[in-house]
Amino acid sequence: MAIMSNNMLGLIFANLHDDTISDLTKMRTMGSVPFGARYRLIDFPLSNMVNSGISSVGVITKANYQSLLDHLGSGGEWDLSRKTGGLKLLPPYGHVGGGLYRGRMEALHGVENYIAESNAEYVLMTDCNVIVNLDYNHILEYHIEKEADITIVYGHGSYTVEQMQTKTAFGVDADGRINDVLIFPNKEGEFNTSMNMYICKRDFLMELITETASRNLYSFEVDVIQHKHKEYKIYGYRYNGYYEQIDGNLSYFAANMALMSQEKRSILFPQRRPIYTKVRDEAPAKYGIEADVCNSLVADGCIIEGKVENCLLFRGVQVGKGAMLKNCIIMQDTVIGDKSEMNYVITDKDVKVGAYRSLFGTEDYPVFVGKAASV
Amino acid sequence: MYHVKKECVAMILAGGQGSRLYALTQDMAKPAVHYGGKYRLIDFPLSNCVNSGIDTVGVLTQYQPLVLNEYIGNGHPWGLDRVHGGVHMLSPYESQGGKNWYTGSATAIYQNIQFVDRYNPDYITLLAGDHIYKMDYSLMLDYHKKQKADATIAVIEVPWEEASRFGIMTANENGVITEFAEKPAEPKSNLASMGVYIYSWKVLKKYLIANENDPAAKKDFGGNIIPDMLKDGCKMVAYNFDGYWKDVGTIDSLWEANMDLLNPNIPLDLHDHNWRVYSRNPVMPPHYAGENSFIENSMVAEGCNIEGRVDFSILFAGVKIEKGATVRDSIIMPNTVVKSGAVIEYTVVGEDCVIGEKAHIGERPEAIQDKDSWGVAVIGHQIEISPETKIKPKAMISENI
Repeated sequence: MAIMSNNMLGLIFANLHDDTISDLTKMRTMGSVPFGARYRLIDFPLSNMVNSGISSVGVITKANYQSLLDHLGSGGEWDLSRKTGGLKLLPPYGHVGGGLYRGRMEALHGVENYIAESNAEYVLMTDCNVIVNLDYNHILEYHIEKEADITIVYGHGSYTVEQMQTKTAFGVDADGRINDVLIFPNKEGEFNTSMNMYICKRDFLMELITETASRNLYSFEVDVIQHKHKEYKIYGYRYNGYYEQIDGNLSYFAANMALMSQEKRSILFPQRRPIYTKVRDEAPAKYGIEADVCNSLVADGCIIEGKVENCLLFRGVQVGKGAMLKNCIIMQDTVIGDKSEMNYVITDKDVKVGAYRSLFGTEDYPVFVGKAASV
Repeated sequence: MYHVKKECVAMILAGGQGSRLYALTQDMAKPAVHYGGKYRLIDFPLSNCVNSGIDTVGVLTQYQPLVLNEYIGNGHPWGLDRVHGGVHMLSPYESQGGKNWYTGSATAIYQNIQFVDRYNPDYITLLAGDHIYKMDYSLMLDYHKKQKADATIAVIEVPWEEASRFGIMTANENGVITEFAEKPAEPKSNLASMGVYIYSWKVLKKYLIANENDPAAKKDFGGNIIPDMLKDGCKMVAYNFDGYWKDVGTIDSLWEANMDLLNPNIPLDLHDHNWRVYSRNPVMPPHYAGENSFIENSMVAEGCNIEGRVDFSILFAGVKIEKGATVRDSIIMPNTVVKSGAVIEYTVVGEDCVIGEKAHIGERPEAIQDKDSWGVAVIGHQIEISPETKIKPKAMISENI
């Protein structure tokens, strides 16, 4: 496994899909959106890459990437602080002529030198909006077996009209080759939907970059997959395991709440394939005399003196005496005052909620409180 | 090779066995003992050093060093992976003069004079690796300089009735130490040495060499170095510390020191962001408090899964408390599983243990007639307790039952 995987260069697109959860990406990239009481979305693709033996990872950013830089640092927490390879942040304007990109192909064009300098045979590209724990080597094996030009990972399920407004769907033939591509089809039903993970040979990608750039084409989905699937051998790899895809506030909320399931947690966080994240050196969570917590995920550094039910509490959250939280996602260092009541609320980092406040959202419309706001 | 000069180098004595912790220190030195839900004892002196601006630290190991060596590694979790200085593990070694174990604290430092000299320091901070406290050594160093002292010894007031357990200092109104007595039967003062010393390196080096060359001398600081310096008229001053400080020499004191974290009246705040205690963090998801869990007045680390009842307890990372299990007034170390229906009371359970269904470990003092037979029970590391086993209070279990 190790030998083969050294053949892969990892590329993560940290900014794609930002607009699907615009509240949370107002001040950050999709990759640095907090998730699961402790993580940022980018922790999943990064950890999956490391667990698959990939030791060179480039992170392509566009805007708002201060929080991403803070989170990733030198990559040591993912074991990517290496002499050779390791983590490389690839912001826009990285070289003369590079600028803000309009789509995936243009972003790749902007980091062409980084890709060219690698000696990996294959490139694995992924976005940050899928929560999954998978071994990319399985996809590479499939890609090699099919002698494909590009392999795309997809899941299968039935979706609502709203869900299909942000997804790309594929038709695949009996051999697994993609023969139809629907981008944001506005209809409900059963679909093969893209998980936004791609493998191809590095040489092939370099040619593709040159080809699309010379024609001023910038979209991978439209200009390559949709228009060229007859010309190139584009295969779909069907992933049947558990995953969550975030493409809106509701799916973000649901993906977090899904972690209350022991079974799902054991799939996403197995001991031998851990999900790494930035360390914050917090003391263990402290429960006070009147704490009453059930069905909740609680990170280190929390101090809980109130009632908490069906909630995710990120690191350093404080819940005052007599406070009642239900169905909430409370991010890092938020302080909830005594006797406040909240139901279906998402608070961003560093929010202060005073004493005796009430905030109520609903299951299909959680209230969002922005970063460092005071309520 | 050129070494950047350091004003102050710290040396941490971490070779102790901690024999009175029995099963808990069978495979690890005492400074590696777990504490407070995610720490090991050595995190405290290491974090104090870093927070006090000391970036060059020698850790002297001898007894069972594997766990400690692995834990400290390159020092990264404490910010001690430095280009100049950083943390260094110093084990006894063989030289042309022969093989020398660290037979005493003075010998241990003597054998590492070369290490200290590389940094050409003006001062050396000598620390114990197994005490729990948050202290700014830079303030103590300022005091040492202001007093123009040769040695400064941090002292803390202890209750008079306990004073005979400590090294006791008598100091005059200027803070100058006039007398030192190691575990005196009739203490003249209640100022106990905390095992935190600052020496002017030139002076100490002279005494270390003289002490080592004197065959009659005891090879530790309390036995000879401090008394000799006093006798020769070196200026030794006491530095008063009034924060929380605990020496966890016994099972009872280890249990108590953990429980202190749950007592709001005890001034040891681990949540203080201005003085973080660093440690090697486990890579685990946040802990999960289940549908039927009941957790009160406890500390719970990441990776725990709690379906049962937890009260006045400290749970380390990855502990699993199954449905219907109860943990009360106890400390459960990493990755231990408490099966359903089991009851644990007043017990310290080691890491990677499995407590079988309906087992009952320890007892509350109220439930026992004969108070002398009561005490905190201990289950060592990697122990399996079979279902429905009853383990008495004060028991010390180091084999599967």
